[in-house]
Amino acid sequence: MQATRDFSHYVRDAGSGLAHIDLAVEGVSCAGCMSKIERGLSAIPDVTLARVNLTDRRVALEWKQGALDPTRFIDRLAELGYKAYPFETASAEALEAEQSRFLLRCLGVAAFVTMNVMMLSIPVWSGNGSDMIPEQRDFFHWLSALIALPAAAYAGQPFFRSAFRVLRTGNVNMDVPISIGVILALGMSVVETVNHAEHTYFDAAIMLLTFLLVGRYLDQSVRRRTRAVAGNLAALKAETATKFVGADEISQVPVAAIEPGDIVLLRPGERCAVDGTVIEGRSEIDQSLITGETLHVTAEHGTAVYAGSLNVSGTLRVRVSAASQGTLLSEIARLLDNALQARSRYVRLADRASRLYAPVVHATALLTILGWVLMGASWHDAIVTGVAVLIITCPCALGLAIPTVQTVASGAMFRAGVLLNSSDSIERLAEVDRIIFDKTGTLTLPELDVVNSASIPKDVFDLAGRLALASHHPVAAAVARASNAKAPLAGVVEEPGQGVRGVFDGEEIRLGRPSFCKADQLANEILGLDPEASVVAFSQGNARYVFAVRQRLRADAQATVSALQARGIMVEILSGDRDPAVRAAAQTLGVCEWRAGVTPADKIGRIDDLKRQGFNVMMVGDGLNDAPSLAAAHVSMSPISAAHLSQATADLVFLGKPLAPVVAAVDFARKALHLMRQNLWLAVGYNFLAVPIAISGVVTPLIAAAAMSGSSVLVMLNALRARRTASRR
Amino acid sequence: MEVLVILVPLALGLGLVGLLGFLWSLKSGQYDDLEGAAWRAIADDDPAHERRSD
Repeated sequence: MQATRDFSHYVRDAGSGLAHIDLAVEGVSCAGCMSKIERGLSAIPDVTLARVNLTDRRVALEWKQGALDPTRFIDRLAELGYKAYPFETASAEALEAEQSRFLLRCLGVAAFVTMNVMMLSIPVWSGNGSDMIPEQRDFFHWLSALIALPAAAYAGQPFFRSAFRVLRTGNVNMDVPISIGVILALGMSVVETVNHAEHTYFDAAIMLLTFLLVGRYLDQSVRRRTRAVAGNLAALKAETATKFVGADEISQVPVAAIEPGDIVLLRPGERCAVDGTVIEGRSEIDQSLITGETLHVTAEHGTAVYAGSLNVSGTLRVRVSAASQGTLLSEIARLLDNALQARSRYVRLADRASRLYAPVVHATALLTILGWVLMGASWHDAIVTGVAVLIITCPCALGLAIPTVQTVASGAMFRAGVLLNSSDSIERLAEVDRIIFDKTGTLTLPELDVVNSASIPKDVFDLAGRLALASHHPVAAAVARASNAKAPLAGVVEEPGQGVRGVFDGEEIRLGRPSFCKADQLANEILGLDPEASVVAFSQGNARYVFAVRQRLRADAQATVSALQARGIMVEILSGDRDPAVRAAAQTLGVCEWRAGVTPADKIGRIDDLKRQGFNVMMVGDGLNDAPSLAAAHVSMSPISAAHLSQATADLVFLGKPLAPVVAAVDFARKALHLMRQNLWLAVGYNFLAVPIAISGVVTPLIAAAAMSGSSVLVMLNALRARRTASRR
Repeated sequence: MEVLVILVPLALGLGLVGLLGFLWSLKSGQYDDLEGAAWRAIADDDPAHERRSD
C-alpha cells in the first residue's frame, strides 16, 4: 500500500489563477538558509512566489493553480535539509497582525507630525526670548494646531478607545490619564492660541503620543511574536495521519481533515495523531507522553489509544472516536479548563502600577488648581498650571518602562533557545522559587538511547546500527541513532514482531528480540541488573550481543538542578512513572523531594498545596498528563518535543536537548523584572523632580518637552541591559 | 520675513511626502519581516522570482 499525501486542506486561492500556501519551516535561522530555500523553491517551474519570512520562520508560496502538488514543496525543502509543515493562520494571529499594522501607522503619523510641530515650536521658543512679533507667534501656533489636532485624533485612537472601554466598565487603566492629559493639553492650547498667549502645548501632546505609541508597538510586537511561535508550534505538531479512503487505499492527510468514524492506519514506529479505538491488529504501545509510564501497554481489538501514543511493534487499524466522556483525555481537558480559569486572575505589573498612578496624578492636578485659586490666582492661570501638571506627569516613561524591557529580554531568551508562549510570562517566571519537574521526556531525553555501548566492540556496534536502519521499531531506531549509522545494508528482511535479519560477509546477522537471536540468557542478565531497560539482541554468526536501551537523563540535568538550587530555587520531581525509576533519577540528580505514580489530579493537588504555602511554582513537563498541572502552576515550561496540548498550555517552550535553557530563562526573567522595577522607579523619580516645578507654575513647553524625552530615553537605555545576565557575560 | 510664505509650506510639504512614503512602505509589507530584511541587504544576489505581489 503506497500512501499519497493530500495537503489541499491548506491551499487557498490567491486570485488571478494562483494558489497560495504557507509553510512553517524548522531550522531557518540565517541569511544563508533564506536564499537557499528561496532559490531552491523558485527553481521549480510554475512557482511565482517563494518568500521566506525570517521573523516568523515561514515560507509563503504561490504557483499557477493546478500546475503543482503542494507536497512537492515539502519534499523539495526536505531535500534542502529543512522540515516543513503546512500552516493555517489562526484568526487570532491575523487579528494581531492587523492591530500591529494599525499601531505602526499611528506611530508613523505621530512621529512625522511631532517633527513638523517641533519645527514650528523651536522658532517660537527662541523667538519668545528675542524679537518675534506676536502676530508671527500666533501664526505658528495656528499652524501647529492645524497639524497636531487631526494627527492626535488619528494617532490617539488606541488610547482613547481603550480608555473609553475601561471607563464604561467602571475601571481605570493607564490609558485614562493618558487620554485626559492629551485632550486637556490640546484643548488648553487651542484656548491659549485664541487668546494670543505665549505658551501652547501642541508639541508636548503629540510627542507624548509618539513615545507612548513606541511602547505600545513594542508590547504588541512581543505579543505578536509569541503568537507566531505558538502558531508554528501548532503547525509542527499538526501531524498527518494515514487514513483509509477505500477498502485498501490509504492517503496521508492532515489531522485537521480527519473526522470521527474515519479509520486510520498506525504502523510500527509511528506516533498516533488521533484518539480512537483499535479495531484490528495487535501491538505494544508506548503511552509515556500521555501517562508518564515508560512500560509498554498491549493494544488489541477494543483498546483505546490517545493522540501521542507511540506504536511499537505491530500494525494497527484505529477507528477515530469523537471526544467521549469519561476517557482519560476528557478528564485532562476538564482539569485543564479549571486550572486555566484560575490563572487568568494574574495582574500584570503595568496594570498594578497604573491603578496606583491614575488617582494620584489626578488628585495632584486638582489640588494644584484649587491651591492656586485659594492663593488668589485667576481661574484661567490655575487651570493652565493644573494642565501643565497633567502633561508633565503623563506616564510617558511609565508606558515605555515595561515593554522595552520585555522586548529586549524576549529577544535574548529567543537566542538562548527559549520561546515565549504568553507575553506576561517573564514577570511570572521571575517570581519563581520552586520548580517541579516531570521525569519522562523532561528530565530524560524523549528518545531512547543505548546505555551499554561501552561494553560492545565498535565494529559490531556499527554493523548492528546499519542493520537497525531497516527496522521501524523504536528500540532498533535507538541503536541506529547511537551508532550514527548512515548506510543501510542491502537485502535485509523484516520478520514482523521478531526483528530484522540479513547477510554480511557470508554470515547471517540478526537484530531483534533476544529469542530471535538466541541470546535470552545474556538479555536476562542485563534485565536483572537494570529492570527499567528495554533490550535488543544482535547476533553475527555465533557471536551474541545485547544492547540495553532506555531513556537517558539529559546530559546537563544534574548541572541544571544544582544551578537552580544555587539560585535558591527548590527542585522537586513529580512523575507518573513507577517508584524505582523515579527514585533512581532523583538520587542521581540530588533531588530529595520526589513522588512517583502521580495522577494528573494529584499533580494539581500538590501544586495547590505549595501555592497555599506561599510558593510560586514553576512546572516543567512535556506529557499530556502534565497539561493541567502546567496550567495550574504560576508559570510553566515545556520542551519542544512535548505533546501538543502541553505545549499550547505552557508559558515558555525550550528548544534542543540540553536543559540549560531553563536556567537561562530564570536568569533573564529575574534580570528583566529587576529592570522593569528599576524603570518604574526611574519614572517615578523623574515625576518627583518635575511635579514641584509644574505645581509652582514655572513650566514652559520647552521644559516639558525636554523632561519628557529625557526620561524616555533614560528608560529605553536602561532596558537594553536586559540583554545580559550576570552568569553569562 | 516674506520668505516664510515659501519656507513653511515647503517644509510641511516635505514632511507630508515623508509621511506618505512611510505609509506606502507599511502598506507594501516592508515591515513584516524586519529580521529577514536586514540579511537580504547583504545577500549576494537575489533569486529570480523575488518580487512581492501583494
